[in-house]
Parts: sequence; C-alpha cells; structure tokens
Amino acid sequence: MAIPVEYNFRSVINRWTSTLVAILSIAGTVGVFVVMLAMSQGFMATLVSSGSPQNAILIRGGAEGEMMSAILLDQVRVIADAPGVARSESGDPLVSAEVVTIGAFPLLSSGSDANVQIRGTSPAVMGVRPDVKIVDGRFFRSGLTELIVGRNVPTTYEGLRLGSTVEFGGGRWTVVGVFDAGGSSFDSELWCDARVLNQVYKRPENVFQSVTVRLASTQAFDEFKDAVTADPQLTVDVFREAAYYAEQSRLVSTIIRVLGFLVAAVMAVGAVFAALNTMYSAVTARSSEIGTLKALGFGPGSIVTSFLAESVIIALIGGAVGCLAALPFNGFTTGTMNWSSFSYLAFSFRVTPAILAGGMVFSILMGVIGGLPPAVRAARLPVVVVLREM
Amino acid sequence: MVRVDGKGSGAVVELRNLDKKYYRGEEEIDVLRGLNLDVDAGEFIAFMGPSGSGKTTLLNLIGGLDTPTAGTVRVNGDEISALSGRKLAAWRARNIGFIFQMYNLIPVLTAFQNVQLPLLLTGLGRAERRKHVEAALGLVGLSDRMNHYPRQLSGGQEQRAAIARAIVTDPKILLCDEPTGDLDRAAGDEILDIISRLSKEYGKTVFLVTHDPMAAKRASTVLHLDKGTLLECTADGQLVCGTEEVRR
Ligand SMILES: Nc1ncnc2c1ncn2[C@@H]1O[C@H](COP(=O)(O)OP(=O)(O)OP(=O)(O)O)[C@@H](O)[C@H]1O
Ligand SMILES: [Mg+2]
Repeated sequence: MAIPVEYNFRSVINRWTSTLVAILSIAGTVGVFVVMLAMSQGFMATLVSSGSPQNAILIRGGAEGEMMSAILLDQVRVIADAPGVARSESGDPLVSAEVVTIGAFPLLSSGSDANVQIRGTSPAVMGVRPDVKIVDGRFFRSGLTELIVGRNVPTTYEGLRLGSTVEFGGGRWTVVGVFDAGGSSFDSELWCDARVLNQVYKRPENVFQSVTVRLASTQAFDEFKDAVTADPQLTVDVFREAAYYAEQSRLVSTIIRVLGFLVAAVMAVGAVFAALNTMYSAVTARSSEIGTLKALGFGPGSIVTSFLAESVIIALIGGAVGCLAALPFNGFTTGTMNWSSFSYLAFSFRVTPAILAGGMVFSILMGVIGGLPPAVRAARLPVVVVLREM
Repeated sequence: MVRVDGKGSGAVVELRNLDKKYYRGEEEIDVLRGLNLDVDAGEFIAFMGPSGSGKTTLLNLIGGLDTPTAGTVRVNGDEISALSGRKLAAWRARNIGFIFQMYNLIPVLTAFQNVQLPLLLTGLGRAERRKHVEAALGLVGLSDRMNHYPRQLSGGQEQRAAIARAIVTDPKILLCDEPTGDLDRAAGDEILDIISRLSKEYGKTVFLVTHDPMAAKRASTVLHLDKGTLLECTADGQLVCGTEEVRR
C-alpha cells in the first residue's frame, strides 16, 4: 500500500492559500471549456431538434442545402405518391414543398439588422411537423400574405409581434400567429405560404427548394428512399431530417468548439504553470517530510504517486469549481449567425453531464501535467541531504 | 561482540574498509577513512565524537540511507552497499527503525497515522495494522494520545511516537541520531529508558549517536569516532584498548 491520500488531502487543506491560485486557474480554464462546449452543444441540439426521425427531406441531387436546390411541382407530386408517405385523416399526403429566403429585420437588443430565415411552406406543414404548435393567433391562410412566426421572433426583432404588419420582398405581410417549435431552429423563422412567397419575390411559382415528407413510421424511410431514388423522373437526395439538420449544424458548432479548445488550451498553459508552481513549492516546503517517508522505506514510485495524487486533488477541486461556475450558463439563450442559412438563430447553452465529465477529465489532465515534474523532483530528493535540513 | 579491527565474522552489522568522501566544489572532505566495525545482534552501541566527525554519516550508511565511497556495508547478511533506489528503500522498511533528533513526525497525520506509516509497506490488513500500532504506542506509553497531532504533543511525547513508528514493524536494528538532543533531562531520560528496554527486553541491536556521556552510559559499548575511524572507549571518554587518551 502506498502513502495514504489522506496525507495529501490534509496537506492541501493545511496550505490552502498557496493552492488557491492553482485551483482558480484550473477552475477558470475548465469553466471556459465547459461553457464553450455547452454553447456548441446547444447550437447543435437546436438544429438537430428541428429534424424529426419520422421525417425525410429531399433536395435536388448534389445541392449543398435548401438555398441551392430546386424541385418542380411535378416532382413534388411524384414524391407525394411514393410509398411510405403518411397521410392526413382526409387522405392527403403529408408533404410540405418549401422555399426559403432571407429578410433583414432590426434586432430589439441592438437595433441593427439581422437576417431572418423566411420559409414558405405548404398548407400541410403542421401535419408534417406535428411538434410545431400554434401558441397564439392562428395558422396563415393559403394565398394571402400572412405570416406565422417562431416564438423567439417577437422577442428578438422589432415589428414582428402578433398583429404587426411588415414589408419585405415588395409585399405587405401581417403576422397572424406565433408557433412553438420546441426550441428548434424553426423558432427563429417566419413561415408563410410557399406559393405566395414565390409570387411576391417574382420567382417561378412552381419551383420549390426542398420537400419535407412525413413518413408513415421511422422504419418507412428506407422503402421511401429506395422508391424515390429509383424513380427516373426524380434526381433528388433524400435524408432523414434529423441527419440533415445535424449536418447543417456542423460547421458552426465545430467553429465554436475549435475556438473553445483554443481558448481553453491557452488558459490551460497558465493553469499548468500555476499547478507546477504550487507543487514545486509544496515539495520544497515539505522536503524533510519526503526525506522521512523515504527513510521509512517508501520508494520513488510511492513518492511520485503521492505528489501526483496531490496535484490531481488540487486539479479536481479546481475542476469542480469550474464546472459549478459554468452550470448557471445552462439554458442561457443567445443567438448567432447560422452559416448554413446565413440567418440569425437563437439557441440556448446546454451543459450536459458528458460535457461536465469532459471538464473534469480536462482538469485531471492539467493536474497530471502540472504535478508530474514536481513529483519526480520529490522522488529524486537526496534523502540524506533533506534530512540534514530539519 | 563488538570489534573495530575488521577481524570479526558473521556479525549482524559488518563494515569493511569504509570510505566516505563528500565533495564541496573542488574541496574533498574525507569523513570516514578505512572504517571497520563488527557488531553482534543485541548489542547496544553508542557513537560519540565531536561535531562533524561523521556520526550521522556512519549511521546513514548502516541504515542504507547513503552509500559509501568505498568499502562494504553488510547488515543482516545483505550487502546493502550494492543496493540502490527502490531496493534499498524496501530493505530499510524491513530491517531498520530510525529515530531522529527532531522526531520527524508528519505534522498533518495523527500519532496513530504516523506510527501506521511503515505498516502500509507491508501486506497487513487494517485490523492487523491497528493491533500493531496500538501495541507500539502502548509500549512507549502513548496509548492515550493516539489521535493527537504532533503539534498537540510535547517534545518527549513526539519522540515516543517516533520510537513507536520505528519499532512498529519489529525491525532488528534501531538507529538513533541524538534522540534526546532536543529534550530536557527528564524527558530525555524517559526516551533513553525506552531505548534501553528495547535493547534489553526485545533484543534490538541499537546504535545511539549522542554527545551526552550520561546517555552513552546506557550502552554496552561506546565507540569514539575520530579522524574517520572508530576507537573503543568508556562512556566518559577513556580508551578501553590502546594508550592514547581521547580528548573530549
Ligand atoms: N551532503 C554533504 N555535502 C558535503 N559535506 C557534508 C555533507 N554531509 C555531511 N557533510 C560533512 O561531513 C562531515 C560529517 O558530518 P556528520 O553530519 O556526519 O557529522 P556528525 O558527527 O553527525 O556531526 P554532529 O554532531 O554535528 O551531528 C561534516 O564535516 C559535514 O560538513
Ligand atoms: Mg549528526
């Protein structure tokens, strides 16, 4: 058995002032690390939750996203007749042929304009996305310049409340409803009739950019996809909606994550130096204790382990403080540019258990790196010399 | 049997032609020069000699804390001058109990935990360890101070806890470097009583470094360290064999 960790625990408590800098540096680093990952996670989760596992999305074959895609009305009809497509009670296929564009509206927070994604949908859209619910007002009427807006929109932009009228694309629009899309990216969108949107923007009326299909069941996807891709009239790419949105979130969430790693790495260098400093001074201050332990027969391995354990204890305290400090960010809402649609997207930070665990592992890593050289020095202290220094 | 002429054999501590030099920059300090010593099991040896004569150095060599520049150290049949690092540490744990002038207790651990430390290097279970620690603390009369921290103990009590720690694994050899050097007469006498008992009743082979002739009187043999070698003498400094009177 080795030197009891109680020795290290009590030593840390005994000299807590000298460990404070190391604890705070590690706490700060872990805190930033956790918050950045929570941000990336939140962004990703917001987009991913836009996709339902029971939905499929189709865009033109080879298109990178909705913005660069085109699907004709005839093709939409073929898609709607494909096997596996769910139908409403009245027997209509649950299919939404959609177009997207971007409008600029002033942010309430800063007054400057931000891009908003405007989505033209089929009247059947609420059946295709049953998780989306009108919470205020009513659904838009087909053929009219009416808008329904996601629940983040009225609180984020000026002039987009229920009952407001706005002008864009050469048309006058009235906000007739507010919908709740369960925290997904749709909550930051404006929805209207796809044909009306095409008319107002003077686009060909029968060309859409994507088709979202409600499937009879999650298992129906393969059957549906096989049928659609085999059809010679169609050249489309078919995705599960969830996978499609996960892919859309990848760029931004990766950027946030890489940025987070970079900042955390820079801070980690400082934290490791603080740990090194703390542990070197601990070794110096306790050199005669180390000499005594060696005289009693504790070998170099025991000494290294003991001081490494002490450094890791300090790091774990720092890590726990950092995680606790990051916890209040859970649910904190912010917005950023969604680079795949060039529009503003509101999302909330998500501090998940996995991220917290990652933060603790990160702190252990810093403790080990900062603790190893001093621990090796402790093990190498010449016992006769340090015993003379009593 | 104690011999300083290098002619013995089969002793528990056997030092042959021991040289120990220290280097301070260019300067070479010859601390021990061709030192020989044979000590049989159960002997109680006192080392005396002026400050800087190498008493601590000699004790460290016997205890495997240090290695000689030349010569051999054989203790309990092991040639420890050939061992190093981890092996030497493990050997110390099995064979030697150290008692220091400044007690060297770990301040953040209780008397019980301090005494238990050497047992953590054995395979003993928790209950066994407790038994041994309680026995050792009982032997030094510290049963009622088990859960005290070193700063809550007097100097004499600290040294008794340190003795308990030195004997808890039941080593055959005790090395005591001025164990009463920091204590008043009464507390020092208590410590010497315990060490004498360990020699007489428990058959420990004891090496005691001291400047105090009264302390040296407890030993069966007093050896004087002078110019790097050992001379046998009485506790008050008279040489037993040889003619030169030793200055003190
Ligand atoms: N690490 C070292 N480096 C250089 N010189 C040393 C070292 N250790 C001890 N010495 C020298 O070796 C000599 C013997 O030291 P040692 O401590 O063994 O003497 P001592 O007899 O125990 O003295 P004291 O009675 O004061 O404790 C001294 O001159 C000391 O300065
Ligand atoms: Mg000395």
